[in-house]
Amino acid sequence: MKDTTLRINGEERKLSADTRTTLLDALRNHLGLTGSKKGCDHGQCGACTVMVNGRRINSCLTLACMHDGDEITTVEGLGEPGNLSPLQAAFVKHDGFQCGYCTPGQICSATAMLEEIKDNWPSNVSGSLTGEAKLTPEEISERMSGNLCRCAAYPNIVDAIREAAEASS
Amino acid sequence: MADTPMVAAHHVRLGSNSGQPMTRRDGIAKVTGTATYAADNHPQNLLHAVFAGASIARGRVTSLDIKAALAHPGVVHVMTPDNTPALSQDPDQKTTPFTARIDVLQNDKVRYAGQPIAVILAETLEAAVEGARLVKATYDSDQARIGFDDGEAFAPEAVGISTPPKFSTGDFEGNRKKATQSASVEMETPLQYHNAMETHAVVAEWDGDHVTVDMPNQAIGLAKPGIANYFGIPPENVTLRSPYLGGGFGSKAVLFGPQMLGILAAREMKRPVKLVLKRGQMFGPVQHRSATRQTVRYDMDADNRFLAFEHTANVSTSSFDNWLDGAANAGLSLYATPSISVSHSGTRFDTGTPGAMRAPGIATGSAVIECAIDVAAEKAGMDPLEFRLLNYAEKDPSNGKPYSAKALRGCYKAAADSFGWKDRPLKPRQMRDENGLLTGWGMGTSIFHAPFFPAKARAVLRKDGSARAETSGADMGQGAWTVLWQMAADGLGMAADDIEFDIGHSDLPDGSVAGGSAHTASAGGALFAAGNDVIRQLAEIATQDKDSPLFGAGNERVLGENGRLFKAEDPNVGESYTDILQRAGIEEIEGKGRGNRDKASTETYAMFSHGAVFAEVKVDPDLFQVRVTRLVGAFAAGRIINPRLAQSQLTGGMIWGVGFALHEEGIHDKRSGRPLNNDFAGYHIPVLADVPHLEALLVDEEDPHVNDLGVKGVGELGITGTVGAIANAVWHATGVRTARYPIKIEDLLKGAQALKA
Amino acid sequence: MKAFDYQRPETIAEAIKAASKPGASYYAGGTNLLDLMKVGVRTPDSLIDITRLDDLKRIEPQKDGSLRIGALVRNSDLARNVDILSDYPAIAEALLSGASGQLRNSATVGGNLMQQPRCAYFYDPHSACNLHEVGEGCDALEGENGKHAVLGWTKTCIAVHPSDFCVPLAAMGARVVVDGPDGSREISIDEFYTLPGSVQPPGSALKQGEIITAIILPSDAKRFAPRARYIKLRDRTSYAFAIVSAAAMLHIGDGRIKDARIALGGVAANPWRAREAEDTLNGAEANEASFKKAADAALADAKPSGDNAHKIELARRILVRALKAAADGTPPKMPDLPGSVFAVGKEAR
Repeated sequence: MKDTTLRINGEERKLSADTRTTLLDALRNHLGLTGSKKGCDHGQCGACTVMVNGRRINSCLTLACMHDGDEITTVEGLGEPGNLSPLQAAFVKHDGFQCGYCTPGQICSATAMLEEIKDNWPSNVSGSLTGEAKLTPEEISERMSGNLCRCAAYPNIVDAIREAAEASS
Repeated sequence: MADTPMVAAHHVRLGSNSGQPMTRRDGIAKVTGTATYAADNHPQNLLHAVFAGASIARGRVTSLDIKAALAHPGVVHVMTPDNTPALSQDPDQKTTPFTARIDVLQNDKVRYAGQPIAVILAETLEAAVEGARLVKATYDSDQARIGFDDGEAFAPEAVGISTPPKFSTGDFEGNRKKATQSASVEMETPLQYHNAMETHAVVAEWDGDHVTVDMPNQAIGLAKPGIANYFGIPPENVTLRSPYLGGGFGSKAVLFGPQMLGILAAREMKRPVKLVLKRGQMFGPVQHRSATRQTVRYDMDADNRFLAFEHTANVSTSSFDNWLDGAANAGLSLYATPSISVSHSGTRFDTGTPGAMRAPGIATGSAVIECAIDVAAEKAGMDPLEFRLLNYAEKDPSNGKPYSAKALRGCYKAAADSFGWKDRPLKPRQMRDENGLLTGWGMGTSIFHAPFFPAKARAVLRKDGSARAETSGADMGQGAWTVLWQMAADGLGMAADDIEFDIGHSDLPDGSVAGGSAHTASAGGALFAAGNDVIRQLAEIATQDKDSPLFGAGNERVLGENGRLFKAEDPNVGESYTDILQRAGIEEIEGKGRGNRDKASTETYAMFSHGAVFAEVKVDPDLFQVRVTRLVGAFAAGRIINPRLAQSQLTGGMIWGVGFALHEEGIHDKRSGRPLNNDFAGYHIPVLADVPHLEALLVDEEDPHVNDLGVKGVGELGITGTVGAIANAVWHATGVRTARYPIKIEDLLKGAQALKA
Repeated sequence: MKAFDYQRPETIAEAIKAASKPGASYYAGGTNLLDLMKVGVRTPDSLIDITRLDDLKRIEPQKDGSLRIGALVRNSDLARNVDILSDYPAIAEALLSGASGQLRNSATVGGNLMQQPRCAYFYDPHSACNLHEVGEGCDALEGENGKHAVLGWTKTCIAVHPSDFCVPLAAMGARVVVDGPDGSREISIDEFYTLPGSVQPPGSALKQGEIITAIILPSDAKRFAPRARYIKLRDRTSYAFAIVSAAAMLHIGDGRIKDARIALGGVAANPWRAREAEDTLNGAEANEASFKKAADAALADAKPSGDNAHKIELARRILVRALKAAADGTPPKMPDLPGSVFAVGKEAR
């Protein structure tokens, strides 16, 4: 057993759990945050994607006790009914989901991905840093390929992300 | 209890909600993570359950050492065949055609790798998982039989639920003799696993002999009595909640062993139990698409018209239950031919039992048929589209029935035009793009049945003007929450935002199964009828109320719209629902309904949705990696209730077609029978980067016979035709036809090397 | 998974002390180790969490022109580093062609070197695998082995190394810096990976308690920067392991190849440096004929270990492709599909 302090969606939460508890299971089973979903438990589908210190990771493939003091953002922290983030609203508008099970992971992943783009990941090869990373559908597709969608809502996911990206630039 | 009334004759007109591309009613819940799936439920005092699976595929467990598991901190109990009580119904007895034979720790037999052999119950998930790992089993095992060469051949009595395995019509032998040319294709399709993103799960809590079950389920009306039977309680003692399914695709329509074990554990332990399957456990106990070996042959006359169509399929099932994919029935209603002979044979593999997986039979069969059509077109020296048009079926070739509606020509045209199917070189290997990539164009015809199930619904209109409609329907992503809501509101003649709506709960009237692409038509029809019934009763009250503007209008058509009842011929004459009820002093009106398909129509017409899919692929000329770069489909499926959601279903189906053609394959070790790629790294489904420029066009079609509302389904239509279109495009690019799906780089390499030789 | 003791040391010295006990495993990104612990193939008694050791997170150009990369640098950070992009672009391309955005944010340099095979029999505790325990046997030999090795294998193990990142590392002769209970040492990447003749999974070159602290990219590899590519063939467009892959780097002057660095992925238990192929290219013209000769040399000793003969031909072809793409020049911007066979121009096909 281990005590861990996590900052989740801006709130300090204390966890006392088995060291084997993944961050995903801590969120779902101990902290009442069932928005993040378990699709595979092996880092192969992205349904469990959350942001840790602003970076998207698969929460099933990391142990909760390792994140003492880390800032964690889950889908619950990005928006709520009545106060959707622009990306969440775009997903609803463009029908970027069907069964909705992969959706929280898609939302967290896309939110972080848009920040990565803003930070120009990766920038140009050969040393030139003046070029900006442009957000083409091809780039979105590649960067979001870590989020599987069995319903295959993919085309609408791209449309939703594009709209949110354009709105924020 | 009175019969559920049929739809009232004078209100069969969909209103202002149907046809609108409304965004999903459950959209906000889904994007905020507030939609509750089964495993999101977390009752107090719950026990986590994890099952240990057999590591052999055929034989029996000779010993089960659970000492280490029981000793693991947090583990509370281990269920084994020694300590698990019998169910009230033999789990091997098929009480309904939809009952699967399941494994629930009743004996020491092992029938497939991964079958539950013990269930560990613990205070934490981590303890339960480790407890399962610590169970040590020894076995008496027989050699597993995986694959058509090693499996046990047999003659099945039926395919699908109850379709005869053989069918023929016309003078097959005579017509074949007359033919001057023939085209034949032999292909194998692999085991495929549904792999909905949400793994199967159950949260069960007993209260005396009542049980509340949170479980994703596509057929609540069947599941409720099914659970009741297993546990020896009356159906009304079962409360089944399934408001959201994280995907189903056919895999959540039937009751399975692991979930029944969860319910059983909750009863034995007298505590709520949550049992969630791991991804790796989704490759055995919860069905899959049968593997097939198929031969399709078309015989033609000198004018390139079909004279005979033959389709044989060797189909896999398990050693202990019969469910065979009806692949050889896929072409019965597709292309014109005076004679047909189709037949299925069976092979038992030591895997779990197959079941319906998105477009069962038709996806599997059309994947091969559409290739055979192109081989025939090549022999005829004709463009594949021209050839299909030449052999277009005006009547269902299997029975001569006219189609209830078939806007397929419009689909061919719309899709071909949008794709730019023009001047396509007939020969393969003629097209390259500016980067030197081999380019190919192919097409396929889409078709899917339009069945109709007996669904029931209830609607209530209250004096204050509020209303409610409900049925135990299921939304597994296809959009039932929204589409059914639209139809319910139209039945009531109210705006969708003004009515309460509920599905996904066993207390509600039986909305039948979300499957067969029939849910919108069936449950939607029932909801519409229920609303209609309310309107009919309201009209009776108003037309007999001398203070109503509608007094005496009993013989005229009255309609409801926006909460107001009025004369169809004179809309100014009418009044609001609330006025009618308030004046009459009636608190509420309850309406009941079920949708209707005219019996005579069923006998007279062949009922299908149709479509056409055109694919462009790019293939690396040396390395043979394939990308689908463009997919255009046009589909005709009667009245479309929500075009936005219908398109999502169609594009989703088309992407499933990409997966079927290029990626999906369940691989089992031939010796042990264990699945080798039971995870998402090994079992490939398309990722976002695999998805081409995609278009799904909706072609107008009115179908006056398929049911009262003219609604057909689109959930499965998109796969059919797409798989063959991609295979045909790959041939067009490379000149290679592979002998199996998925189309693999190594097979294209071998094929290309053979071409050079 | 098996219960373990969790420790989070504050210094490298503390970490080494804790990890020197038998049954202890270092834990960084965990994207491979935690995965293996979940399936029960790895069962450490204690986990030594090194993620807070900031000394291991730096990327530092050295005085001698080489680049020292701390073992805890995350894949995504390395892939966007200015020095990597300008001096060792094939490494960036390889990194970005692997896994997913989420995994690249967690995975570390050290972890990538330590990555275990993805063979399905290795991943199954019920299957016979000599990497589980020496002498258990190898179920892949007569099993489903279409993805297995064609170079350097023995009947003891036919698994392949799954990493993309390690392929250009091997090509350029990176060095691995190790610290441990007996002090610090530096070994070549070749020494880090020993052949499976005596069953040596990745990491076997390290003694209990030894920790990778950095890798060093040699300064003489910088001259390949203008002509360096990593190309990967796979079953789907993204988020899949390589069937075969190749890192090719050329240094061309006066119309001739002056030097070459070549390594293959997906063909052997280690990232496979192809020195014989490099030798054939010295002084040769940069054309298809030379590249085919090099590829023939690289695959000369290749033998199928099962149903994988196609890998030999595909490896030959992808090496030619990578050499042609390298000869064409490193693209000025990372392609939308890094490392993809579709991310080359017409001339390179």
